[in-house]
Amino acid sequence: MSAAPDPVVVIGAGLAGLRTADALREQGYTGGLVLVGDEPDPPYDRPPLSKDVLTGRVPVSAADLPIPAGLDARTVLGRAAVRLDRAARTVLLNDGTELRYAGLVVATGAGAAPWPGPRTPGPGVHLLRGRRDAVALRAALLGGGPVLVAGAGFLGCEVASAARSMGLEVTLVARGGTPLESAVGARAGAFMAAVQADAGVDLRTGTAVAALPDRRGRVLLSDGTRVAARTVVLALGARPATDWLRGGGLLLDPKTGALLCDSRGRALDLRGDPVPDIVALGDAAAPPHPCPGPGTPSHLALGHWSGAVDRAAGAAAALLGAPPPREPVVPSFWSDQFGLRLRSVGVPGAADRAEVREHDPVRRRLEVVYLRGGRTVGALTVNRTSRLAGHRREIVRGLPGQEVSTDSGIGVGRQP
Amino acid sequence: MRVGVDRDRCEDHGQCVFAAPGVFSFDDDENLLYDPAPPPGEAGAVAAAAAACPVRAVLVEGAP
Repeated sequence: MSAAPDPVVVIGAGLAGLRTADALREQGYTGGLVLVGDEPDPPYDRPPLSKDVLTGRVPVSAADLPIPAGLDARTVLGRAAVRLDRAARTVLLNDGTELRYAGLVVATGAGAAPWPGPRTPGPGVHLLRGRRDAVALRAALLGGGPVLVAGAGFLGCEVASAARSMGLEVTLVARGGTPLESAVGARAGAFMAAVQADAGVDLRTGTAVAALPDRRGRVLLSDGTRVAARTVVLALGARPATDWLRGGGLLLDPKTGALLCDSRGRALDLRGDPVPDIVALGDAAAPPHPCPGPGTPSHLALGHWSGAVDRAAGAAAALLGAPPPREPVVPSFWSDQFGLRLRSVGVPGAADRAEVREHDPVRRRLEVVYLRGGRTVGALTVNRTSRLAGHRREIVRGLPGQEVSTDSGIGVGRQP
Repeated sequence: MRVGVDRDRCEDHGQCVFAAPGVFSFDDDENLLYDPAPPPGEAGAVAAAAAACPVRAVLVEGAP
């Protein structure tokens, strides 16, 4: 009498985990499937949380992700993975359960970077990452301003936009010279600074929050000024949720903690070789840099929504030992803020030069192309999505040849 | 195969244009255009476009 074969275990019940589980079924995998999520809520999508959910334009349930028909997965919610044992092919959960796997999908995402200082933030200080964070922040914003947002990346700018649209006083604190500077550079950042000024945001650049609110609700900035705030939002970046993999024999980026993987999503072991039975994608994973060149890191965790979607089919194929998809993965991201549609392809941050092709403050349009060594590596548009497809083709033209390899994967349960 | 776009949901992400350039495109006034009855050869690209749409605005009906 033989036991049932071990299932594919997906750790992480967000977009990346759900899409990979779906892709496994799409590709003919008929074996067992276990989906483990550390939050009690069923799978949800993050992008609405910092936009329409905050303003109340849609209820938080609008962020729920549909469960694909025919997924046939055992879902374990409210349990986190705490340890990986690659030799035994098991994952230990925080309730003591040990899950055996034939194949493992690492899709644990990322958490909000916490306050780095010594004091523990009080109730008026918010992080925004999960569904419950959004509900709590929405309730705080309904209580009125002023609001101080620390960090002027995409999340911070979206929160500032939502709070302004609710009529609240908003101070946005940017470490760089402009908002969004590290993501899309100073030219596009200056465009957005002007937009934010028009919208009534009190933008403070070149500074950071130095201390949590004092007893009178005043926040000290590193430039010595103090800003009154009823609600403080710390939008200081994301940290890949990979602590549970420490000691598991896989290669984590020493700086970011992201799990390194190859172009097909296969996790790398400590020697840097891909392992056949573990794939990683989404915000926890760092695939090879999409536009590699001198001075770029070998692997890059971008944390874009599209990355999880675009890599799901490839990760499922790698696990099943099927050939990789032919289409190259070109990163893309978007942000809706201050009534504008920011859309981007490629890796603007990898550029050595930015060219502004269109700048129309009246129609609120912008088109910036990012180049490195004269080659297009990224593009950003504001209210000008029509221009992106052409830039994307240019980026693809400059990509190195897709590596082709057809290793065995876990080779279980795949129907021809 | 019939293709539709829910205009109330669409937010001009452009992902459908990337995934299925033979079916979806923008004109120069930022209007999304598409072929509502694409040839069967586009079925894979259309499925990828529907999967890539962040707001699930691409609707596909019928076999290719």
